[in-house]
Amino acid sequence: MKTHYKKFAVMACTLLMLGFGLLYSTRKTLNVSAAATGGITGTIKLDGTPPHQKPIDMSKEPNCAKEHASSPVTTETVIVGPKGGLKWVVVYISEGLDAATASQVPPVKPTWDQKGCQYIPHVMALDVNQHFEVSNSDPHSHNIHPLPKPNGANHEWNRSQPPGTPPFDQVWAGEEIAIPVKCNIHPWMHGYIAVVKGPTAVTDENGSYTISNLPPGNYTVTTWQEQYGSQSQKVTVAAGKPATADFTYKAK
Amino acid sequence: MNCLKPIRFAGAILFAAIMGVVFAAKASAQDVPDLGPKPRLVIKPMESHIGNVTGHAAAAKSDYRRYCAGCHGDFGDSNGENAVWLDPKPRDFTIATFKCRSTPTGTLPVDEDIFNTIARGLTNSNMPVWSSFTKQQRADLVAYIKIFSPRWEKEKAGEPIKIPDEPPVTLESISHGKALFTKLECWKCHGPHGEGDGPSAATLTDSKDNPIRPYNFAAGKGDSRFKCGNTNQDVYKIFMTGLDGTPMPSFADVIQPNDAWDLVHFLRTLQVDRHSKENEVLSAAHGVIPPYVDRNPPPAAAPPADNKPPGGAN
Repeated sequence: MKTHYKKFAVMACTLLMLGFGLLYSTRKTLNVSAAATGGITGTIKLDGTPPHQKPIDMSKEPNCAKEHASSPVTTETVIVGPKGGLKWVVVYISEGLDAATASQVPPVKPTWDQKGCQYIPHVMALDVNQHFEVSNSDPHSHNIHPLPKPNGANHEWNRSQPPGTPPFDQVWAGEEIAIPVKCNIHPWMHGYIAVVKGPTAVTDENGSYTISNLPPGNYTVTTWQEQYGSQSQKVTVAAGKPATADFTYKAK
Repeated sequence: MNCLKPIRFAGAILFAAIMGVVFAAKASAQDVPDLGPKPRLVIKPMESHIGNVTGHAAAAKSDYRRYCAGCHGDFGDSNGENAVWLDPKPRDFTIATFKCRSTPTGTLPVDEDIFNTIARGLTNSNMPVWSSFTKQQRADLVAYIKIFSPRWEKEKAGEPIKIPDEPPVTLESISHGKALFTKLECWKCHGPHGEGDGPSAATLTDSKDNPIRPYNFAAGKGDSRFKCGNTNQDVYKIFMTGLDGTPMPSFADVIQPNDAWDLVHFLRTLQVDRHSKENEVLSAAHGVIPPYVDRNPPPAAAPPADNKPPGGAN
């Protein structure tokens, strides 16, 4: 009888300890994910009159000319929204990332589409080693020709993508801000792929962006715009609520 | 009064001398601009392997300086003294991007690819045929080219693409090739008759933004050569690997290996003045390429005769 009690006590103790251990460990992981929900939001504006965006003549590709007949497409080097927000600006963390956050590759697989003889999106931000898909929604061929800087981790390639062919998978091996992409068949097609470690964002038509999944800490936030280049500022991110970092570019 | 004269005179001389020194110093400072330290070329111990021949960079130093540097530059950066006069520009070895490869787009070529390019020269450019070099000399030059870009130390060459055996040239394969030429829009640059006059031809630029022309298949009379070799296999490689650094993309993702041979057969017929099996087959059909009928989807409509396997078992 005594030994039975002893056995019971030992088992109960182990169970209790296991239970507490489990509770503690889940609480710990919960804490970590709660801490990681910090982030940075902001708006990027253009101060002054934006440079004139030239209309693109697509008459050499009748399909595309027809598609844009009602609203002609312009160049996209500086796109400003109704409230002065600057579109297509890449925002990333240039300093302060811990190794774990920097090496985390987002599980999403964005698409780089060719539609109406334009790149959709015009600017894309990717993580190093993050896969993306190149697709062609047009009823004619494109060639996708990214031109990374020579002798870096990324290399120039050039692939044909006729209509109706399935999307193909691509990945970039190293950081580069930003890789120009062109189509030789349609020389007006230009786009950029920014490849950065850690969380990134690209501004929308209001110039707004949100970088999430940042653990609390001190960071340098850097922006990149294809015509105006880069700006940086220091930001402190606290747990729970997102920090703010606004930027203003001067129109030239 | 008189006694002051020599002092004045001496003062004037002194002033002139000081001015002279200052002026001379200034002038000499202008004459010799500061160029910084003289750039030095480090000949890294690169190697090449072609069959049983091993090339060594150090052995090619004098050959490179004598035969290559005039265009490609002492530092391999395509800034040789002749380069300004050339179109297309000489290859820039510092970026290690090569047109003629047997490897997929975006990868380094294998040593044989560069070895063959040196021997063959590049048609429609100023790169001459260097067949006078011995194999060893060429192998050494292949190794020497590798000293200019760090890519050769960091990366391996790409895996050469697999080329299936060439099927026989038939009117049907030419006809299918023509259908592919239309469908894949080769004509956008190369023109409807392959004469290099497609709607996008005028705006083409290479990766350094220099204007570049698409290949004119019809030019060159009986000996018209392709940029990366003259066999049907070479033509196959050109569009299945792409010519990196130029607008010519790789079609490896979109053409099946056997379809690629059909395209090769059609491309040969665009070289109208060239003697080829393809042109013989075409002239036997009075120069008319019949419209292509898809052989796979409608089995019922297919002609009943041909039951032989394509390999032709004897």
